[in-house]
Amino acid sequence: MEPFVRLTGKVALMDRVNVDTDQIIPKQFLKRIERTGFGQYLFYDWRFREDGSVNEAFELNQPQSQGATILVAKHNFGCGSSREHAAWALGDYGFRVILAPSFADIFFNNCFKNGLLPITLPDRAIDHIFAQGARDSAFELTVDLEAQTVSDGALWQVGFEVDPRRRYNLLNGLDDIGITLQYEAEISAYEERRRTG
Amino acid sequence: MRPKTLFEKIWDRHVVVSQDDGNALIFIDLHLVHEVTSPQAFEGLRINNRQVRRPDLTFATMDHNVPTDNPFHVTDEIAGKQIETLAANCKDFGIELADLNSANQGIVHVIGPELGLTQPGKTIVCGDSHTSTHGAFGALAFGIGTSEVEHVLATQCLWQKRPKTCEVRLVGKRAPGVTAKDVILGVIAQNGIDFGTGHVVEFTGDAVRSMSMEERMTVCNMAIEGGARAGMVAPDEVTFAYLQGRERAPQGEQFDEAVTEWQALCSDEGAVYDKVVTFDVSLLDPQVTWGTNPGMGISVNGRVPDPDSFATETERRAARQALAYMGLEPGMPITDITVQNVFIGSCTNSRLEDLRAAAQVARGRKVAAGVRALVVPGSKQVKEQAEREGLDRVFLDAGFEWRATGCSMCLAMNPDFVPPGERCASTSNRNFEGRQGRAARTHLVSPAMAAAAAIAGHFVDVRELGREAAAASV
Repeated sequence: MEPFVRLTGKVALMDRVNVDTDQIIPKQFLKRIERTGFGQYLFYDWRFREDGSVNEAFELNQPQSQGATILVAKHNFGCGSSREHAAWALGDYGFRVILAPSFADIFFNNCFKNGLLPITLPDRAIDHIFAQGARDSAFELTVDLEAQTVSDGALWQVGFEVDPRRRYNLLNGLDDIGITLQYEAEISAYEERRRTG
Repeated sequence: MRPKTLFEKIWDRHVVVSQDDGNALIFIDLHLVHEVTSPQAFEGLRINNRQVRRPDLTFATMDHNVPTDNPFHVTDEIAGKQIETLAANCKDFGIELADLNSANQGIVHVIGPELGLTQPGKTIVCGDSHTSTHGAFGALAFGIGTSEVEHVLATQCLWQKRPKTCEVRLVGKRAPGVTAKDVILGVIAQNGIDFGTGHVVEFTGDAVRSMSMEERMTVCNMAIEGGARAGMVAPDEVTFAYLQGRERAPQGEQFDEAVTEWQALCSDEGAVYDKVVTFDVSLLDPQVTWGTNPGMGISVNGRVPDPDSFATETERRAARQALAYMGLEPGMPITDITVQNVFIGSCTNSRLEDLRAAAQVARGRKVAAGVRALVVPGSKQVKEQAEREGLDRVFLDAGFEWRATGCSMCLAMNPDFVPPGERCASTSNRNFEGRQGRAARTHLVSPAMAAAAAIAGHFVDVRELGREAAAASV
């Protein structure tokens, strides 16, 4: 997994609540057996009209969103299906950070396994970012996982909480399985206790 | 000793490693696998030259992609490849697979309980959010992503941050015609689609005690639609009676021993939940969703809400977007909404009792002109039992299609989908945009309400349909 330490990047604003994983990656694209190549299908039914033409009105198709690496949305982002394809699609499309006031649990988990950093920020901070973004289409943010801050490089900065274990793994690009296998003795002992217990 | 909740008892028993930061490595007793969320996990094992640690605790089936007209005739090449890939992976890694030839094949959340694999006190995971279904047995069951599927395959464990607990107290007595589906839709409409985020929900109270196992499964199945990490019901005599004699449940003396152990699986008197929600089922009517998330539900006797009636601008905008997508006007009576499609099936409502309830409505009636109605049993066992009871004839005589088993039109990954712009009265769990097909409009209802809509051609209070028929026969 690609480590994440800090990133300065353009911001795409998505002023929507309850964005579900069926929208992030519609089911017709879940049939592939690979982990890669899902970016082209991200938000497919919103990005493209039924005839396949580009829907200019959709947030990610607007000029200021092009090349964005930070996605900002509203409450309960990623609700619904457990499909990790949602995280794969966002990552493959080019996003590394998602900022929202709240996330659905399974999606939130899946992001960390794929070098994608979901950050929960207070409504006030999210509203500030939306207001800044509306004023300045070239608006950029810096996300620093080491310092646990989001800032606009000038006057505004906000801290964020992140689970220490997830932070460590993401900073170092560590894969969970490798770490867990170091607990082989504990797992075997547990299995033995259950067998005899 | 400090009183514990049901969740805490199961959690504590499964901790393999506990860390100071609140994370724990927990042991998984049952890992269910299906074709859509597993291929990349097996690929990961191969790349790293890893094995499946406990094939004996892993069980696979194919359900999401499978065609329900002829399951062996997979017209979608990519879907076919996914089905073949699961079979090859199970063979290579020594995992038991209920494939299309197996008498046990079906929707993963239907067959787990049916085979008796799902048992009280177990930790159960699957790469599917509706794994919460299995919590109906007093198991800790939750959905995971593909990376976690790979992790469980390799280690039989998962790193988890201990979730919070939420009690949903279901009080009162349901009116006749009001089902478990209406109860869970009502709970979510009242509390929102993220009230359970970060929490394991335990359903308590007389209204859940009086439910059958299949009803409890419907309730726990949709706990995820309230954002919950898992849904649970403490096991009782209803649970034990359901499990006794099931193929993979303990047998004979071992069953009695297991029951003794299972009886301790309840929240202790005085146990404290992080959050408590109370819901009175006695006031509930049959529910119909009008919008694009499962929380946008209302009584069948209500009207489409006015977006301006919502408290915040965000909610008002979400409601306006939902009505635009759904093609509905504020103030319109729900019973004026016509449907072109009816889907009775999915891991929420495809079990025997669901099919019986729908058949009772369909019996001796006809599907309205211009309505396509599908009945998709949740498993081969359900299908066979339904056929022994003659339910297939009831449906076919009424003009419903009687299909082979699978997830089908719940998420339309197979060829069963709702055409653009058309409506569907669906017994499934999600009414998200495009869920049942691009531009498809989904209304979530109970099996009886879906059957009633098929007959009437529009939504109707299933209790009224009974009265109309009774009046006509006088």
